[in-house]
Amino acid sequence: MEDMDEIVREFLVESHENLDQLDQDLVALESEPGSRALIASVFRTIHTIKGTSGFLAFSNLERVAHAGENLLVELRDGRRSMDQPTTDVLLRLVDTIRDILRSIEAEGGEGAVQVDPVIAAIEAVQARDPQAEDEPAPVTEEPVVVEATQIIQAAAEPEPAPEPEPAPAPVVAAPVAQAPAPAPAPAPVPAPAAAHPDEVGALRTGAADASIRVDVDLLDALMRQVGELVLARNQISRLASGTEDVDLARSAQRLNLIAGELQEGVMKTRMQPIEHVWSKMPRIVRDLAAVCHREVKLELSGGDTELDRSLLEAVKDPLTHLVRNAVDHGIESAEDRIAVGKPGKGELALRAYHASGQVVVEVADDGRGIDPEKIGAKAVQRGLRTQAQVEAMSPSDLLQLLFLPGFSTAEAVTNVSGRGVGMDVVRTKIEAIGGAVEVDSVVGRGTTWRLRIPLTLAIMPALTVECAGDLYAIPQVNLLELVALDSQRSESGIEHIHEAPVYRLRGELLPLVSLSTVLEVPDHSDAQVIAVVQSDHQRFGLLVDRVLNTEEIVVKPLSARLKAIGAYAGATVLGDGHVALILDVQAIARRALAGELELAAREAHAAATAAEAHDLEQVLVVGIGGGRQVAMPLASVARLEHVRADQVEWVGGREVVQYRGTILPLARLDRILGAYGEEESSELLLVVYSRAGRSVGLVVREIVDIVDDDSARHSDIEDAGLVGSTVLGDRVTELLDVRRAILAADAAFYDERVEAAVLPTQFTADDLVGVAR
Amino acid sequence: MSQYVTFTLGGSLYGVNVTRVQEALRSHTRTRVPLAPPGVAGLVNLRGQVVLTVDLRPKLGLAPLGEDAEPMMVVVQVDGEPVSLLVDEIGDVMEVGPDSFEAPPETLDADLRPLILGAHKLDGRLLLVLDVDQATAA
Repeated sequence: MEDMDEIVREFLVESHENLDQLDQDLVALESEPGSRALIASVFRTIHTIKGTSGFLAFSNLERVAHAGENLLVELRDGRRSMDQPTTDVLLRLVDTIRDILRSIEAEGGEGAVQVDPVIAAIEAVQARDPQAEDEPAPVTEEPVVVEATQIIQAAAEPEPAPEPEPAPAPVVAAPVAQAPAPAPAPAPVPAPAAAHPDEVGALRTGAADASIRVDVDLLDALMRQVGELVLARNQISRLASGTEDVDLARSAQRLNLIAGELQEGVMKTRMQPIEHVWSKMPRIVRDLAAVCHREVKLELSGGDTELDRSLLEAVKDPLTHLVRNAVDHGIESAEDRIAVGKPGKGELALRAYHASGQVVVEVADDGRGIDPEKIGAKAVQRGLRTQAQVEAMSPSDLLQLLFLPGFSTAEAVTNVSGRGVGMDVVRTKIEAIGGAVEVDSVVGRGTTWRLRIPLTLAIMPALTVECAGDLYAIPQVNLLELVALDSQRSESGIEHIHEAPVYRLRGELLPLVSLSTVLEVPDHSDAQVIAVVQSDHQRFGLLVDRVLNTEEIVVKPLSARLKAIGAYAGATVLGDGHVALILDVQAIARRALAGELELAAREAHAAATAAEAHDLEQVLVVGIGGGRQVAMPLASVARLEHVRADQVEWVGGREVVQYRGTILPLARLDRILGAYGEEESSELLLVVYSRAGRSVGLVVREIVDIVDDDSARHSDIEDAGLVGSTVLGDRVTELLDVRRAILAADAAFYDERVEAAVLPTQFTADDLVGVAR
Repeated sequence: MSQYVTFTLGGSLYGVNVTRVQEALRSHTRTRVPLAPPGVAGLVNLRGQVVLTVDLRPKLGLAPLGEDAEPMMVVVQVDGEPVSLLVDEIGDVMEVGPDSFEAPPETLDADLRPLILGAHKLDGRLLLVLDVDQATAA
């Protein structure tokens, strides 16, 4: 049942409904034999079943429906009038069709349901001269048919709780067996249900019984109301959290639970497995593969992953596009594949799964992959980017260019794809439903397109932030991370490249956008938080005053004139009853930043490149005594630690401290660099370097500062243990040869024994190894 | 006979056809909408529904509302969605006959002409009939 074809399932549900109608119509026909409308309705139903069963290759069903149709044509055309035997045989026909449908539902095939007896009976009715009704010509046939029909009906439509009648089957069989010739044994007809009362329950909850058709509008209305309930729940929760009243708190908790479950339940009613869309893929892939001369094996997994109905609709086209694209451009021809040592048959995998509150749909091929270089060249050729821009981009940024409007990498425009309507359309469509598209590609290995789709549109998790006294909601989907700015240092954290503010996020410059500036609201408070958001392929930081919390918000549509502003995706009512606008991150990026941000990004990049050229590097400046300053690269410093001098122990000929459960070898910079003068202090300041699980501590006198070191100003005045010197903050600072200093403490630190031999220290490599282990 | 929900705005008495009015109520906390066109006074939460609030003053050539003013709201239906109008005070529902109605005078400001359909002559004052669609149009 689970893997039953979607089409078959629909056919079953529809047919069951139609058959119920048919029963009524046939009975009504008896009292109203002349009603053409009723006959026409019956005819249509049987005709539909015949057509569909032929299409689905249920040949017995088709045959029996065909026989019925013949009889009905006569009725419809007035060549025969409705009478008792005709009604009986038609009802019997309906029952037989039902049996077949049940068998299809239960076993996926027509099973052993016999159709010949019914067909014979229909033909017998047809053979009867309609004008000679009074004549008892085939008299013997009639009662048998009637009887059999009743029995079959009884068998086919068991009561909800059937008495465990002792073996109903023989009872059925008995009269039939005794029946005179013409009605050829309807004995096998009875549904297996009668024989196995256990199955009765299961059968009754078949496809038709277990589901009802509900108006989508009704579901939408329910969804809206649940949204309201969630809001009311949020409000109550907020009230309850500020009270001492235990009962209220308990009730609120319970309401919370119920509302949550109800929300989930109602959302589920709108959910459909993604299989609905996928079921069409094998055919598409097959046809396409034939056209493009590819051999493609399609793998589908996670088809039961469910999505909101409306979202499913919206995903259909983009997904089809990606699949077409993968077959047409992704997977190479069999010869090409074999030439590069891949199996001739390409693999295309469609995967769907849940991840962090979203549904992820992947379209992965093992084809030729996308060459970022080519993308870049194409972008330049199309005039979408300049050569310089392209050169400054990372491979993953280059892949993002695929989503630009008017970009198509197809070298030849084919019937299938490559007309310039491509990934930008996919992206636009997916973004329209609040989703995102990503692409990963390895040249020669394949490409994976990843669609991230929210579970539902109506309710989504969002972060509420404050800006200039107002509250806004940022959809969680767009949010990457939050960076709190140190209020004392907020100015030093944000830097400017001309007018464009940027922030160093883990060494990379993040363009910043002040929300108050974008929204043109006067703001006197200092922005405290950077919400790092992702729009399209741009990552930028949105400066807001404060972050409040994350909550499930219900998206309310905006009045058309506010939608036109192009900054808000909607509005929502927060737990305290306030209305908050939902920021449309894409629109904000496009609106205020298109020029500004790109400029900033480019300048940031230019600056970064310039910095690289100059080898601008942050260094830690320490004092080692004797008025000497030494700088060491900050990048490799793990921690700064204080230890008491009396904690220092000796292993062999060298100093160590116990540190976080391990033995930390020490090297005194003043001794290595020959700076003496001040007496031992009671506390040692350690600069801890770590690499691959090993650490060493460099003992320094004081930490002076962290500064940017410009390699252009280096001089090569050297001494033992130094790599040169520079001017930092008006003082000549020696540049520490960190490697040598560390090796002085731990010869195995870089795991290169050879280096240990050249250590300019009194330790031998052998003493050190024992300690370091 | 027509029925009007009446309200005062900048000293004048205005009326909106009663069939267009959903309700009249005290002012709610408004959420301002940055970048919105002038006249948009924010969004309010009307029993869970987010409703656009329009300040008619700029359109009617009146000085904008003071910071501490507590206007009333008349919620009207425009294109099937509720829009709340900010008014000074809400008056009675008045029933007036067609006899008292006159089209606006020629001297009325051209900007105001589309907004004011005409005036009903009441005892001692005029009831200006507001075209809600025009008044709330962007």
